[in-house]
Amino acid sequence: MNALPLILTVFVACAVEAIEALTIVLAAGLTREWRSTFQGMAVALVVLAVVVAVLGPLVTDLPLGVLRVVVGALLAIFGLQWLRKAVLRATGFKGLHDEAAAYQREVAAAREAGVSSRGMVNDWYAFTLSFKGVLLEGLEVVFIVLTFGANQKDVGAAVIGAAAAIVVVAVVGVAVRAPLAKVPENAMKFSVGIMLTSFGTFWGAEGAGVRWPGNDAALLVLVPVVAVVALGCVGWLRQVSAAQAQTRAQAGKVAA
Amino acid sequence: MARLRSIWDFWYDFVVGDDWQIAVIVIAALAVTALVVHQAGANPWWLVPVCVVAALVWSLRRATTSTRP
Repeated sequence: MNALPLILTVFVACAVEAIEALTIVLAAGLTREWRSTFQGMAVALVVLAVVVAVLGPLVTDLPLGVLRVVVGALLAIFGLQWLRKAVLRATGFKGLHDEAAAYQREVAAAREAGVSSRGMVNDWYAFTLSFKGVLLEGLEVVFIVLTFGANQKDVGAAVIGAAAAIVVVAVVGVAVRAPLAKVPENAMKFSVGIMLTSFGTFWGAEGAGVRWPGNDAALLVLVPVVAVVALGCVGWLRQVSAAQAQTRAQAGKVAA
Repeated sequence: MARLRSIWDFWYDFVVGDDWQIAVIVIAALAVTALVVHQAGANPWWLVPVCVVAALVWSLRRATTSTRP
């Protein structure tokens, strides 16, 4: 398979995670203290590098069949959860993830917290907030890079996609010094959900022993099929949502 | 104990997410596929995609019949 789809998929998936990490880092840095925030971020990046260094060789050394079935299952489950959430958000059954609101919540909490220093860290709250944010979002990046990279035997291409996403989000974040609220995050999650689900289905079934008609070209059918089903679900749930709203309005009139 | 619990909760939420039944359907579909391939010698390439699509639709249906917008 060409490395470009791999790089683009990893880029979009990692950009979403990087945007969420940026929101937390900005909240910690702008309301508390930048030095402790950067220390927390740096320690989290070291931990993530250790995770990649330990898990990377373990994952890439697995026999291809085992790797594909395990990683395929994980990716399909992961992708379906993203897709489910994105469809529910697109149809109003779940609130949209609002980076501006998330930022305001973090800022309010950061302003209320007291200041305490530990060792070389001046502001422990800023340090832990930044550390947790980068580590948790970073683990998803690591997961995506390792699973996609190992399956395609091209961890380098996956790392390029992830690094490009992190650099782009960091540069834009530093330039605007505000959470990236205007990024169509749900549309990105929807697209990534489609890709993760499709690749997970493809690799999982292949790992289970299936021979796909057309080999890798089957992905060119699988991705659009998953996309059409997901879009169909959005249309269906919008109708359900409208019907439920109408029923509630009628019930309200009867009660009045 | 609380720390172990929070580690478990984190990984459960990370891998399985909001609907554990999706995970069960995907794993069952892969297990049945492997069984059919290796025991019956068939090539059920369509089985996992059908189950994945069904898992999504079923999960959404359950989520929207028990949730108010």
